[in-house]
Amino acid sequence: MYKNVLTAQPKLNPEDFLPATHDEKESLAVMRPSVGFWKDGIRRLRKNKVAMVSFYVIVIILLIAFFVPAFYPYSYETQIQGSENLAPMTYSSTEQALMASGQKVFPHLLGTDKLGRDYAIRVMMGTRVSLIVGLVASFIVLIIGSIYGSISAYFGGWCDLIMMRIVDIIYTIPDILLIVLLTFALKTPLQNLAAKPGFAWVNTLGVNLISIFIVFALLYWVGMARIVRGQILQLREQEYVTAARALGASNGRIIKKHLLTNCIGTLIVTTTLQIPSAIFTESFLSFLGLGVAIPMPSLGSLASTAIEGLQSYPYLLFAPSILISLIILSFNLFGDGLRDAFDPKLKN
Amino acid sequence: MGKYILKRVIFGVITLFIVATLTFFLMNKVPGGPFAADKSISKAAQKALYVKYGLDKPLTTQYVNYMKAAIHGDFGISLKERGRTVAEIIQTKFPVSARIGGIAVLLALAIGIPLGSVAALHRGKAADKVIIVFSTCGIAVPSFVICTVMMYFFGTKLGWLPTFGLTSWKHYIMPVIALSFYPTAYIARQMRSSMLDVLGQDYMRTAKAKGLSQHKILYKHALRNAILPIITYIGPMIAYAIVGSFVVEKIFTIPGLGGEFVSSVLNQDYTVIMGTTIFLATIIIGLNVLVDVAYTIVDPRIKLK
Repeated sequence: MYKNVLTAQPKLNPEDFLPATHDEKESLAVMRPSVGFWKDGIRRLRKNKVAMVSFYVIVIILLIAFFVPAFYPYSYETQIQGSENLAPMTYSSTEQALMASGQKVFPHLLGTDKLGRDYAIRVMMGTRVSLIVGLVASFIVLIIGSIYGSISAYFGGWCDLIMMRIVDIIYTIPDILLIVLLTFALKTPLQNLAAKPGFAWVNTLGVNLISIFIVFALLYWVGMARIVRGQILQLREQEYVTAARALGASNGRIIKKHLLTNCIGTLIVTTTLQIPSAIFTESFLSFLGLGVAIPMPSLGSLASTAIEGLQSYPYLLFAPSILISLIILSFNLFGDGLRDAFDPKLKN
Repeated sequence: MGKYILKRVIFGVITLFIVATLTFFLMNKVPGGPFAADKSISKAAQKALYVKYGLDKPLTTQYVNYMKAAIHGDFGISLKERGRTVAEIIQTKFPVSARIGGIAVLLALAIGIPLGSVAALHRGKAADKVIIVFSTCGIAVPSFVICTVMMYFFGTKLGWLPTFGLTSWKHYIMPVIALSFYPTAYIARQMRSSMLDVLGQDYMRTAKAKGLSQHKILYKHALRNAILPIITYIGPMIAYAIVGSFVVEKIFTIPGLGGEFVSSVLNQDYTVIMGTTIFLATIIIGLNVLVDVAYTIVDPRIKLK
């Protein structure tokens, strides 16, 4: 064969022109099977150790707050005569007498408060209240914020302009001032409402708790609305939205089925990060004496009462303080993990 | 630019007006009233007091009267603390809150910015990790927890610092630290991420390629650019320092404006509620406008909308 040393032509063999075998085809196929949005996100979340640890911490705290009190031998409002201000794991003289006679007495794991109520169960109930506030308030924020934001972005134009100016104004309202005023102002109307037939549920929830929810519903949805609007503004230019409109889908259906479902990652992340800030606000209000009603404890009010006896009974302060910090910390870290896992912008 | 500032100021005034209106009707919705709790006053005297302060008129008339006076700078006299005008109360109480808040803000900036920069420059190393842990915890721990824990250890246990009042420099230490904890952590976090952002920019490579000294690159190029996002946070931070002092003032029994506001709400001292709300809201809203405008001047890349 004639051989040109300078040619750039590769050396070709007849075998190179044979059809590829099955194995060769296989090796060129997609490297991994396609993974759905949820599976992919959860896989990435699982790899994030910090987020998983905080997730388990949240689960444990949820169990302690919602299931353990049902099996706990003490109740959060029962005042046990003679066992006031007990230190953790100590017994009153009556209880010691009972134990001497062979009866079993469940220890006061965290001691008792100045009215003789078991402190461990009070801390558990306080955690429950704080968690309920965090979860419900974030849910309210999610609903109002996502509906408002998506309507504003979807219809655009004047509608968007006016709706966003309202958001801007609410955004600049100094929230704490209004919260203090609102919780105080809503107290009596709600109490009157609770007295009417059919509204007894208001009392079981607690007037202050409801007013906290109303405050959140009025003031805190604006952040969510802004984020949702930003997402929808991008999404609404997508082809599938045009296609859906061409097929005659109603505006409500497009928003619900196409737009909001496509920013579900952002919605989840923002809602999760809203929970700690709601808990934060509730504890702040309870601390100022505007939170949940007595005898219902919340972590903020427990810490607030503990300060009065700080000199003699410092241990009363540590349990609620540590728990509230732990709850806020783990929700924050878990929310960060969720954002890394589900926010497509950070996907590598 | 002028148009933008004007627009922001107008929106600020509208917000202020809404806040004032909301506050006025909200506080009047609460049953009772400033004199109801006072058992020593007879029914007839109460009525006379209501007439004296114009509280017997219809609510809308009261509102119009109040707003008219307020626009002219007259916030009335306190209904509870006899003989003291609202302006006087604010004048005596606000400097206390402002001093603590101001020191806390300066402290937060002085600690947070270096911390965040150090963390970004030593990314992934031990120093970075320690600072991340600190800033994450700092954001999660409510100020009342920090206050009480400090009070227990340094005030009660060790007896190093006084736990109430505000008479010497020692009294300032705990309230200021408690108040600056959250903003310090937040600034450190923000500073770290914005510094990392800047370090990855092309002009940093250019600066290095030009052969500039490490020192010059760091201070002239990196720090200057990374600090910009922090400016936007100064407004909310001062607001936080003033309003967040509610809790700190309560715990350390400091005679500041935050405590005054809470007690005026509980006492239903209408004029003081209105006065403090309008005063604090003006400061917070005004600061936000000021910071936004300053930001657009400092960073020309920001488009005015």
